[in-house]
Amino acid sequence: MVILSNNDGCVIARSNEAKALGIPMGAPAFKFRNEFKKHNIKVFSSNYPLYGDMSNRVMKILETYTPNVEIYSIDEAFLKFEGFDHFDLFTMGLKMRKQVRQWTGIPVSVGLAPTKALSKIANKIAKKFDQKTQGVYCIDSNEKRLKALKWTPIGNVWGVGRQHAKRLKAMQVKTALDFVNLPDEWVKKHMSILGLRLKKDLEGIPSIQLEEVVPSKKSIATTRSFKNILTIFNNLEERITTYALLGAEKLRKQKSCATALHVFVRSNPFDPKSEQYRNGCTITLPHATDSNFILNRYALMGLRSIFKPGIEYKKAGVILLGLTPSFSRQINLFEQDTAKHTALMETLDKIHRRYGPHRMKLASQDLKQTWKMKREHLSNRFTTEMNEIIRVK
Amino acid sequence: MSNTGDKIVFFQPDQERRKSSYLAQEGISAGFPSPADDFKELRISIDREVVKNEEATFYARVSGESMQGAGLDDGDLLVIDRSLEPQDNKIAVCFIDGEFTVKRLKVEEDCVYLMPENSKYKPIKVTEDNQLIIWGVVTYVVKKV
Repeated sequence: MVILSNNDGCVIARSNEAKALGIPMGAPAFKFRNEFKKHNIKVFSSNYPLYGDMSNRVMKILETYTPNVEIYSIDEAFLKFEGFDHFDLFTMGLKMRKQVRQWTGIPVSVGLAPTKALSKIANKIAKKFDQKTQGVYCIDSNEKRLKALKWTPIGNVWGVGRQHAKRLKAMQVKTALDFVNLPDEWVKKHMSILGLRLKKDLEGIPSIQLEEVVPSKKSIATTRSFKNILTIFNNLEERITTYALLGAEKLRKQKSCATALHVFVRSNPFDPKSEQYRNGCTITLPHATDSNFILNRYALMGLRSIFKPGIEYKKAGVILLGLTPSFSRQINLFEQDTAKHTALMETLDKIHRRYGPHRMKLASQDLKQTWKMKREHLSNRFTTEMNEIIRVK
Repeated sequence: MSNTGDKIVFFQPDQERRKSSYLAQEGISAGFPSPADDFKELRISIDREVVKNEEATFYARVSGESMQGAGLDDGDLLVIDRSLEPQDNKIAVCFIDGEFTVKRLKVEEDCVYLMPENSKYKPIKVTEDNQLIIWGVVTYVVKKV
């Protein structure tokens, strides 16, 4: 089985069977269509409502094991067990895994270790050897730690990017163990304090802290490839408005305001026959805002300045920048509409939460929503949409 | 700030003897308090009654009449709690050979039967050749009258 990205573009997740068949990560779906058919690989579009809800369930279950949980991403969490000295953590790991599996059907692997970086490695081991480990692996001795570090290629170490990995490999640092054996000074000089913290973490000295409060995003990007090519300004205008508004809603959800925005458009680089064009522009807003109207006005102003007639556009996006918390934003002497907008935006968001998205639109948006994301292999939203729940005979 | 001739005199607030005062943000009303205020309770909610375990609760729609005898009619909504251990005689949603079905479990020493409650349907004997997942135990049926 494989899962495709937004718009059914490329493969973003693969089952073990698909991996074994040699389907690479990021494989463009159109190039592998025959391959999928030949091996009877089931193809699914991204189903974020379902994914998000299942992730939420798993995290909620994990939170019953310890109050200190860092939800690292949609499918990863760090749990801190402080003061659990009299508990057998391995048994707890097994219980956790079993409970998540039974309650939600989601298989998880558990890695236990004294530090975050080591727990990542322990988790990899648990996942890779799930038969032998029962999906739970605990690095609880120095011997196990050294063995695990030796087993981990430097490129797979959490937080070691491609550039660092390349450089380290060039100097014969091939595994996490080689990395730990480097002098502290070298690591600090070439990989900053972050690299040193990582090294300490791998040595078993807790140095990377649990981040229970997720920092707000510094920018919010809403970009999409179109299913069909767009050439007319009005059509692009409709898209840009929709992206600006989607971004604005996310912005309000994290209680931030944007101080600038970037708009971009581009043609299809994979179509060598058409004229190639890409352009973007960044606009500083007169004051920090989270208002649909103001963000849309400036996004469209940006679009007008970069739109070139006669181009076959394939992708566009709006990126909200310079985000600041709503409560501490700098106000402007001449802004007049903010108070009114705030109340209106609150109402709008409430309506969308209750009755579903896209219920109320700006006039420059398409009321019929003729444009849609390409999701030809979409599974049902089994847990968030009453009309799409499972049917049982 | 006051302007006396060409000199500017600054007045500063007295920081020394600052008195704190309570800001009643919720407002103070002067009328007669509601006698019901002390007896406020949560309104009855079907959700709270039916969902014992939010993270493990799923819903399914009945399709067909195989469980009519147990009161599960076509189109009824089922509440499924996956945190419950499947047991003999429980009604469960099962995933057998790639298809979802709802039946009553009959667990015998060496095999499992999925029992319909409608004489028109036959029990399903689960053998080694079948792939069976007991997906979740049904806890409530919601039907429109």
